[in-house]
Amino acid sequence: MTQPRTLYEKIWDAHVVEQRADGTCLIFIDRHLVHEVTSPQAFAGLRASGRRVRRPDLTLAVPDHNLPTTARRDAAGNRLPIADAESAAQLAALEKNAPEFGIRYIDAVAPEQGIVHVVGPEQGFSLPGTTIVCGDSHTACHGGIGALAFGIGTSEVEHVLATQTLLLQPAKTMEVRVEGDVGPGVSAKDIVLHITGVIGAAGGTGHVIEYTGSAIRALSVEGRLTISNMAIEGGARAGLIAPDDTTFAYLKGRPYAPKDADWDAAVAWWKSLATDPGATYDKVVVIDAADIAPSVTWGTSPEDVVPITGTVPDPASFADPSKQVAAAKSLAYMGLEPGTRMQDVPIENIFIGSCTNSRIEDMRAAAAIVKGRKKADTVKWAIVVPGSGLVKAQAEAEGLDRIFIDAGLEWREPGCSACLAMNPDKVPAGERCASTSNRNFVGRQGPGSRTHLVSPAMAAAAAVTGRLTDVRELMA
Amino acid sequence: MTPLEKVAGRAIPFGLKNIDTDVIIPAHWLKTTTREGMGRGAFESLRADPDNLFDRPEYQGAPILIAGDNFGCGSSREHAAWALGDLGIRVVIAPSYSDIFSGNAVKNGILPVVLPQAAIDRLLEVAATDPVFVDLDYQTVTTEFQDRFTFEIDPFRKMCLLEGLDEISLTEKSDAAIGAYEKQLDADRPWMRPAA
Repeated sequence: MTQPRTLYEKIWDAHVVEQRADGTCLIFIDRHLVHEVTSPQAFAGLRASGRRVRRPDLTLAVPDHNLPTTARRDAAGNRLPIADAESAAQLAALEKNAPEFGIRYIDAVAPEQGIVHVVGPEQGFSLPGTTIVCGDSHTACHGGIGALAFGIGTSEVEHVLATQTLLLQPAKTMEVRVEGDVGPGVSAKDIVLHITGVIGAAGGTGHVIEYTGSAIRALSVEGRLTISNMAIEGGARAGLIAPDDTTFAYLKGRPYAPKDADWDAAVAWWKSLATDPGATYDKVVVIDAADIAPSVTWGTSPEDVVPITGTVPDPASFADPSKQVAAAKSLAYMGLEPGTRMQDVPIENIFIGSCTNSRIEDMRAAAAIVKGRKKADTVKWAIVVPGSGLVKAQAEAEGLDRIFIDAGLEWREPGCSACLAMNPDKVPAGERCASTSNRNFVGRQGPGSRTHLVSPAMAAAAAVTGRLTDVRELMA
Repeated sequence: MTPLEKVAGRAIPFGLKNIDTDVIIPAHWLKTTTREGMGRGAFESLRADPDNLFDRPEYQGAPILIAGDNFGCGSSREHAAWALGDLGIRVVIAPSYSDIFSGNAVKNGILPVVLPQAAIDRLLEVAATDPVFVDLDYQTVTTEFQDRFTFEIDPFRKMCLLEGLDEISLTEKSDAAIGAYEKQLDADRPWMRPAA
């Protein structure tokens, strides 16, 4: 009888092309997602060495990072140019490279365009049990459907384009088990912010996290993608959630997903991937879902999490001296005093979007809070950026765009937007943003910007009140 | 890639924990289609302070950076490694790194040395006034004051750095094995090919 194995170990074993004496493995990559920012140098490298893309059929390119989220066509339907010359050049490079190397390409004005990590699962290009890479750390997202998915650097992008493989050391395994039912107003985002607070920004380094437990099983695929998306914020290169009937129902019928008899064969294999009884993880963290409140960050590391009912911590309260220094620097940057109630922190900007929270469920959760309400006058800028053209169309079919617009929020075109401020969507220096994105790093949303990470419903609540707000107060 | 064996010189005593790649190179520097010139944007937010470490005359061209826990966390941008390389950094010494950053560093001829916090604290002290010496072949970090710290490194990474190897050329030697895997995959799980 074979040794019991975890989900991670089963996917890993199924992808080993060769094993070297030191344990390093050549791993086959089933899906390669490409965007405009981290690929130009890789294609240039291929060109310089006369190499081709080994498996163009397994490669999908879509621009997302620096596209403006304002209208992309004029009234007559003509494509509008991108004002920023450097962004335009990166987009032009991808538009040239994709056909030259024969890879699948969704262009900037296609109805399916969107954030690469929203598009992959939505198109059924990302599948359970596959290995997926992209030159973007939030590739971890696809673990939400049970894919072993992780971010890579540009040299590795070139390596995968040329060989469809990567040389990797096996990771350690970590189980994060969330048991029980979450309370009202607590979303997948709150669960993963809470987890990040518990394990720390480096807690998962060297590990792949498998999220288990009844609170995870109860989540929709959208919620699972949100959780796995932020595995990297806990230091883990990848997250995983075992594929189940919820996953299969989500994927069935999507354009690139298997069909007919192939579908049945695929589901049978996917079901066999679940962690065996008796398999062990290198590290286990157990969390009681009842302990999770709507959560918010106070500092400049995603581990800086408190419940919305909490206060800004005193740097002296941390045991680790280096964390005391980091917390003091964070508070200076964030312009916060220890002891301040999080709910008293004023907010001038709202960003609802990013690969963490821009799927249809996120749009619905935010719309439910702003419906029939108005944006606070003190909120200067509030944008809602759907994750893809298909999410946008679905939201519009449900009338969500009207709800946002009537409340005074802006309804934008899909892309990464203010998550990393590579496009014109930036938070001004010294101002705060309640943001549904994944990183509150110094300058992440623009030089000097101050980010508070929250769920879509919490961002919507802040838009209405003009301060960080416990969304439960606004729920019917 | 330039081979790396011995590096000697001033070490920037940086030491901060959880330094993310957005701090190493902010996103607006990523709007480029080449790898060159990133050093100008390196640590931009910190270098806005006129008294920052990086622009002090004694650390100009310093080949070593001493950092804190979880260095290079966050974004996968390889531009962080390009930026450090463009600054002249050949070695980073820290208690830990993000997995993606340490891979990117090696692929750009930058050695990520892992040492315990106590060793880092001592090196930060030395680096304030004196040079630091790194020997990859012997896996040591030494000073002129009898300090001698040894570090571990994956043998494959060590070989790549010592010889300045191009990983794609190495993998291409496994072309037949990759072809055999693809053939077997098509037989075992034909549905893995995208349906459309």
